[in-house]
Amino acid sequence: MKQTPSQTVGPYFAYGLSPEQYLYDFKQLVGNQLVNPIDEPDAITITGKVFDGEGVVIPDAMIEVWQNDGQQQLFGRFGTGTDPKNRFVFYTKKPASVNGQAPHLSIIVFMRGQLIHSYTRLYFSDEVELNATDEVLNVVPEERRATLIAQKTPSGYEFDIWMQGDNETVFFDI
Amino acid sequence: MFVLYKLYFDLSKIIFHLPATFVVFFKQIFSQSLHNMSTIIYNRFDEEVHPPRLSPDYKSTVLRAPTKPLIVVKQSLSELTGPIFGDFNLGPLDHDLTKNSVVNGQPLGERIVVHGRVVNENGQPIPNTLIEIWQANSAGRYVHKVDQHDAPLDPNFLGAGRCMTDKDGNYKFYTIKPGAYPWGNHYNAWRPNHIHFSLFGANITNRLVTQMYFPGDPLLQYDPIFLGVPPKGRDLLISQFDLSITEPHFALGYRFDFVLRGHNQTPFENS
Repeated sequence: MKQTPSQTVGPYFAYGLSPEQYLYDFKQLVGNQLVNPIDEPDAITITGKVFDGEGVVIPDAMIEVWQNDGQQQLFGRFGTGTDPKNRFVFYTKKPASVNGQAPHLSIIVFMRGQLIHSYTRLYFSDEVELNATDEVLNVVPEERRATLIAQKTPSGYEFDIWMQGDNETVFFDI
Repeated sequence: MFVLYKLYFDLSKIIFHLPATFVVFFKQIFSQSLHNMSTIIYNRFDEEVHPPRLSPDYKSTVLRAPTKPLIVVKQSLSELTGPIFGDFNLGPLDHDLTKNSVVNGQPLGERIVVHGRVVNENGQPIPNTLIEIWQANSAGRYVHKVDQHDAPLDPNFLGAGRCMTDKDGNYKFYTIKPGAYPWGNHYNAWRPNHIHFSLFGANITNRLVTQMYFPGDPLLQYDPIFLGVPPKGRDLLISQFDLSITEPHFALGYRFDFVLRGHNQTPFENS
């Protein structure tokens, strides 16, 4: 049997996939709080923007985040259309290292103009040692690895996604 | 007493947080030993049927499609698992778009029932798969704020729904047949009638977002999004009218099956 082909998420996903975030009157199953930042002492904030080939911020992308360190499985979803700067924002917890891999999140990127979604990973800038030996990072050419590393800031981590250009984010065939 | 209070407190906390913090579980198949897990390898996207990333006739791919080759990675725990959604999160009318946003009457248009099955390439049904849908109303207008097409909104139709596949991988939605609508890709561009679908399979490698089209639609031959799919894959996106699932005096039936990626293990193999 052949796989069902992918099609674009299009510009109008918000009321179906993230209705509460976009203030539609329909309950949403998934939001951007993978953990509750008030209750969770180890909560971190991850923010970022998605850029097109001309360096313009994309206001209609949808980002999904999945993390599984064997102890905790967390999933989140957020569209870039509601933040005043068109950022995505996630509240989560840094996962533990599994089988020697550096802590990371799996990221799925959807948008109008993508006929099929893109997979990437987010690593953390303050995990220098584990990042150096991570088997996935080591498959990536050295000059492109920085595109996968979220930078620690006073308020959390920043992770921009570049669809094209000199800093094009590394996307994976998983 | 304290125990009861504690239980109440924990429960209320969980219920309160459900919409925001999503609770996920392993799927049965993946709670096997790590050794066993490492022997499962999911197939990659089949390029014979999936659209390429750059498809210039669909103009917004030009600045948004990644240009560098994808880097192949070995599937690890991160890729071999994914979020699991429970029935308890769904509302009783979530699967019925003809009823889930009614304000003062029934939505206008042709009532349809869409159903089918979710299986993998090995032919195995995929139960407990969350399916989310969204679509235009019968006049070809989306509720979305960005949609400025000069066609009427329907006060009784939102156009969003969701359901879970049952133990045999079956799903069913009631909705209104969506209308065609113009878009800005090129002169006189119109999208064929379609319903957007989002599926979570057994793990994140199986994530699928796609669109279901209707048989005999004359707009398909002009639509760069549909035509972005290689010829071999196109028929797989067209639903089939099915009199046997048509509900007399109520709704026309369309069948649409999904095939997600398979893997290297069949139920009969032991590793």
